[in-house]
Amino acid sequence: MSKQDWFLIPIFLILCLVPLSGSRFYVFLATDILIFALFAVSLNLLLGYTGLVSFGHAAYFGIGAYACALLMRKASIVFPVSFVAAGLFGALAALIIGFFCVRLTKIYFAMLTLAFSQIVWAAAFKWNSLTGGDTGFIGVPFPQYLDSKTRYYYFTLAVVVVCLFIIRKVVNSPFGRILTTIRENSERTEFIGINVKFFQLVAFIISGFFSALAGALFGIFNHSVFPDFLFWPASAEVLIMTILGGMYSFFGPVVGAAVVLFLRMQITSYTQYWPLILGMILAVLLFFFPGGIVGFLQNRLTLLRGNR
Amino acid sequence: MTLPDPSFLVIQCLNGLTYAMFLFLIASGLSLIFGVLGILNFAHGSLYMLGAYFTHQLVSLFVDTPGQFWWAVIFGSLAVAAIGVIIERFFLRPLYVREELNQLLFTYALVLIFSDFARIIWGTDQFSVSRPAILKGAVDILGQYFPKYNIVIILLGPCIAFLFWFILLHTRWGRMIRAAALDREMLGSLGVNVSRLFTVVFFVGAWMAGLGGALVSPVSAIVPGMDVEVIVNAFIVVVIGGLGSFWGTFLGALIVGQVYALGILVFPRLSLVFIYVLMALVLIIRPWGLLGRPLQKR
Repeated sequence: MSKQDWFLIPIFLILCLVPLSGSRFYVFLATDILIFALFAVSLNLLLGYTGLVSFGHAAYFGIGAYACALLMRKASIVFPVSFVAAGLFGALAALIIGFFCVRLTKIYFAMLTLAFSQIVWAAAFKWNSLTGGDTGFIGVPFPQYLDSKTRYYYFTLAVVVVCLFIIRKVVNSPFGRILTTIRENSERTEFIGINVKFFQLVAFIISGFFSALAGALFGIFNHSVFPDFLFWPASAEVLIMTILGGMYSFFGPVVGAAVVLFLRMQITSYTQYWPLILGMILAVLLFFFPGGIVGFLQNRLTLLRGNR
Repeated sequence: MTLPDPSFLVIQCLNGLTYAMFLFLIASGLSLIFGVLGILNFAHGSLYMLGAYFTHQLVSLFVDTPGQFWWAVIFGSLAVAAIGVIIERFFLRPLYVREELNQLLFTYALVLIFSDFARIIWGTDQFSVSRPAILKGAVDILGQYFPKYNIVIILLGPCIAFLFWFILLHTRWGRMIRAAALDREMLGSLGVNVSRLFTVVFFVGAWMAGLGGALVSPVSAIVPGMDVEVIVNAFIVVVIGGLGSFWGTFLGALIVGQVYALGILVFPRLSLVFIYVLMALVLIIRPWGLLGRPLQKR
């Protein structure tokens, strides 16, 4: 852990203390935020670090959720195995889909990721015998030893912290530097002898793996899995979290997930028009804080330091 | 497998054709805006939805006027076009210098805002607009009934397509629009007011979406959520035909319309999957679409 990361320790301690507040509401919210923080960070591995706009990331999240729930319920496989398998299913889907997608650039890449995620969505929606179709796959229980909200919260916290640690290692490794180089200028990266498409595909697979783990966590947390997890507005939502928080910093997507989910929780208790508020927040942010929340704060911080 | 009655097949083809014309109206606006402004407008489905709601509202306003439906269509779609102009002038213009992703997300923010806006004003009830008096009733085709209104739509689609093709190819504005799609900087340095041209293009594109929504109101229920449903289909159409390609959009609309109409007959469960598979295949094999041209480096 580098010097800059000192702020993580108090945040981690606070997260550990959340269940002690005795509020089921906060435990629920914190679990939700942790899961989506992982999802958004894994999306950002593609978006912010590699410069690929995936408009179908809900596919891997949903595949993870369905895979974990189905393996547990239908194949009676124990939770730890199902959980890891869910991640591998996500990685496999990302391998197949990514293989075709990395051949395209920009808007065509986004469109193809969208098309594939819609294929997965349509399959989940129509394949009644396996997924329960429109009504969803209901009645996913907590695993035996994680059978309370608090225990599940600690489990989620542990998984998310470990995953974020790994992803952080990945982006700071030479491999991660190559991804950033690709984002900055893929042509020049090609010129210095790097197989751009291969590295993009590997990033895609890693991203798919962690997105699927987030999905698996969420399916059990939610006790059910619905085709809506895979529908394209879900992909848009996680994109919004990432950009709102700031796609050019590692923890930006975490902040974005926390802000969006906290506000949603607060605002939906006053009004049903949450999308309207989210749309307005998003519009204001795009106009005035193009770097997202974290980008804005970092700018202010550098300015303050410069003035000294 | 039992084959369906041929006359039913014909009717289903015609239904697909009707749907294709609506898709064409929406997707051609989407494609035009993308071709010239380089923005993939997510809010295009919202403009279509607003067109339908406005028409519903205006039809009840013009109760005693002869041709009330047509007046509602004209004013409803123009109101949508006016909203389009406001969006372009005041919101999209400052974003042109930013990354494409910002523009894309802004149009998505508009989707969220418009969908709730419609829910606040019109609630979540279903609405329908009755067909204009002269087009009520149906025609007998091979022993099956087909609504007169749908026939008019099928005829109207190609008329609008030809009109647009003519404008694009043979008028000064059309030439400028095509030039802007190729190289907007060069066009600007030749003394053309490019930002005004962009506004005009957005006006026309939004108007097409509004017109699609207005004309669809007698055939399909006006409900919240119609925006999200149509925008993905419009994306499929422009991707299959080719982003920014005019006749490609027409072809794409025809294909998607037929796949929906006939797919439901042949394999009802798979038709939804099939349409996305088609989209993915086109992107993999020919990313620039059936009739489009490869994207030029700018």
